[in-house]
Amino acid sequence: MTQSLLSLSVTELAERVRGGAVPAVEIADQSLRAIRERSDLNAFCHVAEESALAAARRLDEQRRGGRPLGKLAGVPIALKDALCTHDQPTSCGSRMLLRSGDDGREHGWRSPYDATVVERLRAEGALLVGKANMDEFAMGSSSETCVYGPTRNPWDPERIPGGSSGGSAVAVAARLTSAALGSDTGGSIRQPAAHCGVVGVKPTYGRVSRYGLVAFASSLDQVGPMARDVRGAARVLEVIAGHDPKDSTSADVPVGDYEAACERGVSGLRFGVPAEYFGDGLDPSIRAAIEGVIAKIEAAGCTVTPVSLPHTDYGVATYYILATAEASSNLARFDGVRFGKRVEAPGADLQAMYGASRNAGFGREVKRRILLGTYVLSAGYYDAYYAKAQRVRTLIRQDFDRVFQDVDVLITPTSPTVAFRIGERLDDPLAMYMADVYTLPASLAGIPGISVPCGLTTVQDGRDSSPELPIGVQLLCPMFEEERLFAAAAGVEELVRAT
Amino acid sequence: MARTYEPVIGLEIHAQLLTASKLFCGCSTDFGKPPNSNVCPVCLGLPGALPVLNERAVRLAVRAALALNCSIVETSIFARKNYFYPDLPKGYQISQYELPFSEKGWLDIEVEGRKKRAGITRVHMEEDAGKNVHGRGGDSLVDLNRAGTPLVEIVGEPDLRSSAEAAAYMRAVRDILVFVGVNDGNLEEGSFRCDANVSLRPLGETTFGTRVELKNINSFRFVQRAIDAEIARQTVILDGGGQVLQETRSFDPESGKTASLRSKEEAHDYRYFPDPDLPPVVIGEALVEEERAAMGELPSQVRRRWVDELGLTEAAAQTLSQHPGYVRFFEGVRAQVPGLEPKKIANFMQTEVLRGAVVQGQRVSFSVSEGQLAELLTLLDAGTISGKQAKEVFALVEGTDQSPKAVVAERGMEVVSDAGELESLLRDLIARNPKQVESIRAGKKQVMGFFVGQVMKATQGSADPKVVSELLEKLVTES
Amino acid sequence: MTITRDDVLRVATLARLDLDDDSLDELVHELDRIVGYVRKLDELDTSDVPPTTQVAVSSAPLRPDEARPGLPTEVALREAPRSTPEGFRVPAFVDET
Repeated sequence: MTQSLLSLSVTELAERVRGGAVPAVEIADQSLRAIRERSDLNAFCHVAEESALAAARRLDEQRRGGRPLGKLAGVPIALKDALCTHDQPTSCGSRMLLRSGDDGREHGWRSPYDATVVERLRAEGALLVGKANMDEFAMGSSSETCVYGPTRNPWDPERIPGGSSGGSAVAVAARLTSAALGSDTGGSIRQPAAHCGVVGVKPTYGRVSRYGLVAFASSLDQVGPMARDVRGAARVLEVIAGHDPKDSTSADVPVGDYEAACERGVSGLRFGVPAEYFGDGLDPSIRAAIEGVIAKIEAAGCTVTPVSLPHTDYGVATYYILATAEASSNLARFDGVRFGKRVEAPGADLQAMYGASRNAGFGREVKRRILLGTYVLSAGYYDAYYAKAQRVRTLIRQDFDRVFQDVDVLITPTSPTVAFRIGERLDDPLAMYMADVYTLPASLAGIPGISVPCGLTTVQDGRDSSPELPIGVQLLCPMFEEERLFAAAAGVEELVRAT
Repeated sequence: MARTYEPVIGLEIHAQLLTASKLFCGCSTDFGKPPNSNVCPVCLGLPGALPVLNERAVRLAVRAALALNCSIVETSIFARKNYFYPDLPKGYQISQYELPFSEKGWLDIEVEGRKKRAGITRVHMEEDAGKNVHGRGGDSLVDLNRAGTPLVEIVGEPDLRSSAEAAAYMRAVRDILVFVGVNDGNLEEGSFRCDANVSLRPLGETTFGTRVELKNINSFRFVQRAIDAEIARQTVILDGGGQVLQETRSFDPESGKTASLRSKEEAHDYRYFPDPDLPPVVIGEALVEEERAAMGELPSQVRRRWVDELGLTEAAAQTLSQHPGYVRFFEGVRAQVPGLEPKKIANFMQTEVLRGAVVQGQRVSFSVSEGQLAELLTLLDAGTISGKQAKEVFALVEGTDQSPKAVVAERGMEVVSDAGELESLLRDLIARNPKQVESIRAGKKQVMGFFVGQVMKATQGSADPKVVSELLEKLVTES
Repeated sequence: MTITRDDVLRVATLARLDLDDDSLDELVHELDRIVGYVRKLDELDTSDVPPTTQVAVSSAPLRPDEARPGLPTEVALREAPRSTPEGFRVPAFVDET
């Protein structure tokens, strides 16, 4: 099997490269070949063949020269296309960032700088093999709104991989790369991780630098890792986490030893099960899977307590006011002046240029959210919507503060449903928004969360095939308690695998 | 019948803070560089770039607020002011809106001898926009070198009642900001500019009329002319029974008139909200006290000290406290010649030194050094040279590093105050001009000038005319 | 109806989106549904609740005032749809400030 190296975990792969057992070039080769072979999944919008191979060759030389290699030496990683890279185009899934080049072809925006997380990955020897597809400007839960077309779920290519970091989840799930970076504003790492059967972490807000992440909703956006196991995600987060003087919202809180925390497991942790996450909208097979995990945790000797987060039901409304308001402002810089798309009829004046460029550059969902966000901030409506939502956000945070006085970790489903069919919810924005109902509250509270695969379910959807689809369990911890989160997640992962 | 109206005026002043780098990024604030050469991802508004606040900008803003007698608000918020404009790269300006860092200040001004205290609503920090250049091949061009430059906006209360008061207020704010070292006071380069809100009301009325905002006034002369033009325009409207429309107007210095930019209906909906990229600005007591100390004496305090302790006239104190460089020079000379009456230094600075002084922002270049002036005034005070000679020596040493003492010696300019020499000269003259002596004795004092003139001629101007007059009077009366 | 066609047009103007006519009615309908949904927050009394604007960092960090070189001008301009060495080109307009 030629692709055996990509079956290895992040940690194992890095150790083999560091020990000289595997040349990095061979890994880069395998990853690049896998990406080409599975182009049907549409996980990537840019493949960085040359620069990835060059980086791999440098690593191998470095090792031959006896110089120490980084913590992610030779680990192929996919970057969500919302992360700026100086040597790969960035388009954020949007026509807005595509321009016709001198070669007559459309290419993404060439950022003059690297995102801080990208710099940190490079410094630790990661192989940045390409940019992963995503919902346009990270606004979506299905990776269907990308200008490059929908990304497909490797478990069933007729289904969505989740979103918005769908390409990143698919890259990891289909073993095109060992890990990926996504960004999570309301569930955009955890939900696709659940739908694709991989581990996805949304760190505490402020844990990871946002510098170089194309902003969707600044008070919610966080970059985080995806990998096939908890330990792999822990190592990647350790590399990208930590204070960044270029991001004023980045917290100066020491980064723990997340990999070591994985060894601790669930023992001694008090788990809480919030009733509001097990309501009517929850798919029965997912409920059963999560209850199965809870039973194993109890069997392992942990206390499990029912708890209540009474404002959960207001999460979606709060989120869509705050996130769209911030987005409407964040996306104002896409005006056709300094970069990106410009549409200019002959003789058009400045306002016509703005209006035409933005109408042509943004897709349907993005426009919807810009309009909503502009509306809730506009004169006469600010207090009723934006200011109101900021206060409800406080209530949602207080819910978590209260339960975390009694429990250490919350356990919930990541998503109320398994991956749905491509096209199924595109015309129903509200139904699409509900896909994030279990992930949004943690984003609003700023607390860290992780989705860990916890089983498969067979779906009867009237087709000949009856695909098996993954289910994810979500664990949540208080602010900056990533070590506890990884301990719990690695423990749950072990309990699930033991079956 | 025409009624009398009272103008109600409030100014909003934008002043650039004297930092090396921009408000939210490390790009240089240097002026006059090629277009788009002081730019980076942050001030270009590139996707993914984030703002980080400049500490010195905060400090200078605090100092400006303290100098304007404002109280400092411990926790303030940066907000986004959203509007589309080519020179505004992010599509929003980062400014302070609901919670500025300072409020409730005041400033004393003086117009035609009348003193007045003008209120200041608030001082807040914000970033400047870039520059648009028009008329290039049918397009406009955008230069973002200035985008992100730190500003304070000083919002004045509507306390001003004439264009002269407005100009005096604008000047006073400029002088004080330059004085405490936060602004270069350069109106030509746009680092100090203002908007004026103008309304009229019938004299005696206490409610405000509809106000018009005059945008971007960049000279003291224009502020007065623009407001006068606007007062005249509104007066005509009100006299004709019309209503002033709430709008934004601009002043055209060529026509001397104001013209409408946009009406209230077209006013922007800026959709202010707290910038999620920037946590609150927390200004601690320690920082405030450090800036209070760094601010030193304010011009008003300097003037009071000079008048009360040094005996300077109000006018002299006013003139010499206009610029911190003047104050440093005056105090520097004073320190070198502590025995000299400060008034004499002040007089000579006002009449001679300031004529050759060139102000450039925070810096003043003088045509002589403090040391040269100290030496010159010492010679004058000792009577070695006359006042007239002092001016001559000053002119000779200006722009050189020559010592006044050396110049005086070289040119033999020492005053002839040897009474013996002068007496023999005068006795000779008295003997040769009995008629004139009789006239003096008869009370025609002005004839004394004839003798003094003759002595000055004979001594080639190096005699002290005062000494000569006294001696002459003595000789005439005794003989 | 909470959201009218005029609301959407007003907001679209503020957001500089020249919406296509054929998409407008649908957008009005969709936004009306969404706004109707988010009004759900009205159920809560928040009069005594402070707003949340920041969750992790309570005061803005301050950066030393040191000037650093920025981007070379040609890099700053290279992605602009239209530019000259003197700046970003935009359709001629009259300054209103």
